[in-house]
Amino acid sequence: MSENLIKPENLVYKKTEVLTDKVMHYCPGCGHGTAHRMLAEVIDEMGIQGETIGVAPVGCSVLAYNYFAVDMTEAAHGRAPAVATGIKRVFPEKFVFTYQGDGDLAAIGTAETIHACNRGENILIVFINNGIYGMTGGQMAPTTLPGMKTSTSPRGRDVVTMGNPLKITELVAQLPGSYFVTRQAVHTPANARKAKRALKKAMEYQKLNKGTCLVEIVSNCNSGWKMTPVQSNKWMEENMFPFYPLGDIKVPQE
Amino acid sequence: MKELRLMKGNEALAEAAIRAGADAYFGYPITPQSEVIEYLMAENPVERTGMVVLQAESEVAAINMVYGAAGCGKKAMTSSSSPGISLKMEGISYLAGAELPCLIVNVVRGGPGLGTIQPSQSDYFQAVKGGGHGDYKLIVLAPATVQESVDFVKLGFDLAFKYRNPVMILSDGIIGQMMEKVELFEQVPRATEQPEWATVGKKPGRDHVVVTSLQLQSEEQEKVNLRLQAKYRVIEKNEVRYETYDCDDAEYLFAAFGSAARITRKAMEMARAKGIKVGLIRPQTLFPFPVEAFNKMADQVKGILTVEMNAGQMVEDVRLAVNGKTKVEHFGRFGGMIPNPDEILNALEQKIIGG
Repeated sequence: MSENLIKPENLVYKKTEVLTDKVMHYCPGCGHGTAHRMLAEVIDEMGIQGETIGVAPVGCSVLAYNYFAVDMTEAAHGRAPAVATGIKRVFPEKFVFTYQGDGDLAAIGTAETIHACNRGENILIVFINNGIYGMTGGQMAPTTLPGMKTSTSPRGRDVVTMGNPLKITELVAQLPGSYFVTRQAVHTPANARKAKRALKKAMEYQKLNKGTCLVEIVSNCNSGWKMTPVQSNKWMEENMFPFYPLGDIKVPQE
Repeated sequence: MKELRLMKGNEALAEAAIRAGADAYFGYPITPQSEVIEYLMAENPVERTGMVVLQAESEVAAINMVYGAAGCGKKAMTSSSSPGISLKMEGISYLAGAELPCLIVNVVRGGPGLGTIQPSQSDYFQAVKGGGHGDYKLIVLAPATVQESVDFVKLGFDLAFKYRNPVMILSDGIIGQMMEKVELFEQVPRATEQPEWATVGKKPGRDHVVVTSLQLQSEEQEKVNLRLQAKYRVIEKNEVRYETYDCDDAEYLFAAFGSAARITRKAMEMARAKGIKVGLIRPQTLFPFPVEAFNKMADQVKGILTVEMNAGQMVEDVRLAVNGKTKVEHFGRFGGMIPNPDEILNALEQKIIGG
């Protein structure tokens, strides 16, 4: 019966060619796959696959270069905004993005993040915030919530001794070099569509050389949080969103 | 026609970078090499050749900007001095691992730690033996004059692209700060096309390019290492550079590079005046090291004294090169102190001739 259904006129969704056919290594239920797809679809729709250069981080998305069918560079941990700066400065006409997790962007790479945004580098920074170090096995991240249990905060994050979660996106929004700063999610179709619109806006602003655009995507980490995918999305809505509220933080004043 | 000028080492090196057709310089100020970025900023090469110059927020950021630009197939460079080069070591290891060509200049000052801002050669090990993590080699060029600071910029970029390997110019605070007559080569046009391994944007019909030093499969990572080692052997075969002075009749031999070699030449004159037949080998490439030249001289001389502005670093490579055939000793001043010819001659007499 399925044979009869596979016809061109029945096609309602087609995988973008900006994603490769490589099977993703991400855990089932993780938001990375959706975030990848949203960004890849934006590149596809804008027709800029041949003019885009991406920078992968160290973290769960270290192998992002296997999934995006665009030229990509793998940066050292936290250095993606500096690497992207080097690329953009020699190729100002290309579209350059970094794709980074919270440990990469908001801990070890804080200086590179702040200074790239402060210089107003014409790049897109995609920031996946799941409040934990996923790849290394669920350690405390700069964005781990107060009281949240991780393998390096087994009794919960004690802000007195371990410091507070860093709202780096709000920080970046304060800088004169940043142009468009927003916080999104991809755990529901509605959110994913919104996130995609934000990514598209950011890429379009890059074409106009307006400054740094940062799109944070608050994401789940069901493996690191030790939950089922469904539980983790619920936990994210109930705990992450109140601390990291979704929506635009800095929008162009034009 | 070549152009003759009186220039400071650091400034001449910066001018050479523009003339070599460099696409980008990323740096961070540190004594004694800040004149490199100051000269470039004043010269504003973006108007002369289109070369981009950016002052980064740190040495760490600067070397990673180099990594990004080098991955695009562009001629990218950075410069710093010892503590700053330590900060760049992570990035240098990644550049070597991803096989990206670039030029790194170290105008060495005394260490360890914050050390001193005075000249030194105490980063020999760091430059030649690794410094960053993993089995990798830099091609290391050691200028002894302002002229070589200029010439090695062009040579450095050529070697970097020939072998897809980072090249380091290991200068020091003397050569960086002193003024000398220098002949500048003519402007080399910036490249208009990038190599096929560079990230330039995916072209239809070709796979997307990935610049990475990551291979999670051990079998694959071993293959990378074997490929790198094979490349280093080719570099050892093809790219050894050194100069010899008065070696033909030499009964004793000095070994020195960079500034130390200049001072050693004065000590040679004094020794010859006393009837001591002493020669000098001055390696211009520290990797690849002139192993054969030393091994050959070891059959002829009664002993070798290395003269270094460090506590004894190149001496290890000279000993490996001669493999026990002759005595090899070291004389050094360090911490920013510069040896004088008298004490070098005295060391030769005490440690080699009388020892």
